[in-house]
Amino acid sequence: MSTAKKAFSKKVPSGRAGLWKAGRPLLARLDFELTERCNNNCIHCSVNLPAGDEEARRRELAAAEIKNILGEAASLGCLSVRFTGGEPLLRDDFEEIYIAARNLGLRVRIFTNATLLTPELAALLKKIPPLGKMEVSVYGMSAESALAVTGNPDSHEALRRGLALLLSHGVPFEVKGAVLPPTKDELDRFEAWTRDLPGMTALPSCAMLFDLRSRRDQAAKNDEIRRLRMEPQEYIQLESRRGEGQKAELRAFVARFAGPGGDRLFPCLVDTASVDAYGHFQVCLSLRHPDTVYDLKKGSLRNAIEEFLPKVREMRTANPAYLKRCGRCFLKALCLQCPAKSWAEHGTLDTPVEYFCRITHAQAVSIGVLDEGEKAWTLTDWQARVAERAASWKNGSGAKPEGSEECEGERIWKAR
Amino acid sequence: MESPISLDFAYGPSEDVVVREIEGEIIIVPLVSGIGDLEDELFTLNETGRAIWRKLDGLKPLRVVVSELAAEFDAPADLIEEDTVGLLQELARRKMIIRKGSASER
Repeated sequence: MSTAKKAFSKKVPSGRAGLWKAGRPLLARLDFELTERCNNNCIHCSVNLPAGDEEARRRELAAAEIKNILGEAASLGCLSVRFTGGEPLLRDDFEEIYIAARNLGLRVRIFTNATLLTPELAALLKKIPPLGKMEVSVYGMSAESALAVTGNPDSHEALRRGLALLLSHGVPFEVKGAVLPPTKDELDRFEAWTRDLPGMTALPSCAMLFDLRSRRDQAAKNDEIRRLRMEPQEYIQLESRRGEGQKAELRAFVARFAGPGGDRLFPCLVDTASVDAYGHFQVCLSLRHPDTVYDLKKGSLRNAIEEFLPKVREMRTANPAYLKRCGRCFLKALCLQCPAKSWAEHGTLDTPVEYFCRITHAQAVSIGVLDEGEKAWTLTDWQARVAERAASWKNGSGAKPEGSEECEGERIWKAR
Repeated sequence: MESPISLDFAYGPSEDVVVREIEGEIIIVPLVSGIGDLEDELFTLNETGRAIWRKLDGLKPLRVVVSELAAEFDAPADLIEEDTVGLLQELARRKMIIRKGSASER
């Protein structure tokens, strides 16, 4: 018993582990794609449909359906929902959906381009705060570069107006960028600009490795995205801008998580889920393969999580090409290869994606766990390799154990 | 400035928070800005806090809450009273509870 400083409540900062001591809720976080439509047409986007796509709009869930799903998510213990798109603010009923989510006691994150933000919405976000930083995509520091990325002549000015509204209303946000031909030369300027933003505690994350279309709907756009992809060496060079700490993190990650994936396709699934704009439960937002999608108009979210999701988790592959490479690759956890990437690139769940394989091997060479020209899946004694190389690395993982923080001065009575 | 916590009054959650119980944890979710300290965040209660919170129905005066807790827990009544008032002070400072009225007012 301690009476040094009594405190009976404690904050639960966003993303903190260690809240759950007994069981864990069935669902901790939900990604909700409110629409695939967007007022921008970014050159690298794997999702967007035109803002005026009436057919897409007609198929989208109504606000009442979205609220029902949110209510079910809350009843399953969900604490946090992220509204994304397309551009979620394109929906006329966004405020209604947002208020409903907050009334359910959900923390809300909004992933937006901020160009459609109105004074009324900013005032609402001030009055009823989302409890999570908004995530604002900033693709271009000038009108020219923004236009070259977004295809929207108004996007630069509209974004500036949106950010000004967030700042003047004290709504916390962080910005994210993308390294694309029109923005590549602006990276220093972009990072310097973000240092003055109140919500930024670190360098902004920038998309660099672009996914193909998750609906597999536009071959021409996929060709364009492929052309935008940087070579592995350029990626390594850009990552090195983050200094030696980035390399140390990568090494610690490999030392901790190295190991072949075998034939299991979904070692990644935890207590999060996604819902697309039309009411389909997805294990993640970019995976639209019909075998991994559950129609919430025909069944409940609980059914999706309790009955459908375990079957997805157990999915295995017998594809020899996958088993020979990814199945044996000890860098599997480092690699972006996953069923969603395979789906977007090849229309399957288990075809190796050459681009991400090349990126991973370049990373492995850069941190010294592989030698130039080696293929990770050919190393039979990968444990010895990791141990040998890790011995020369100084940094550990530094991870704190879950649940390590307790209330100060906690005093517990004993039940009679 | 908020009133001091009184054993003669009943207390309950403010309408400005959403209170959720998930997997045995009580989570207090601010609904409007200005709840909590400097940041608007979620809050959770420790075991003692949970035991007290579950008794706060907005009807029973705090004195009754304390005696009910004293009957359930093997701890001195003055310690339970101190902790109960302590929790309520903490929550009142964060505008998470409101005073509902005294027994004589009902």
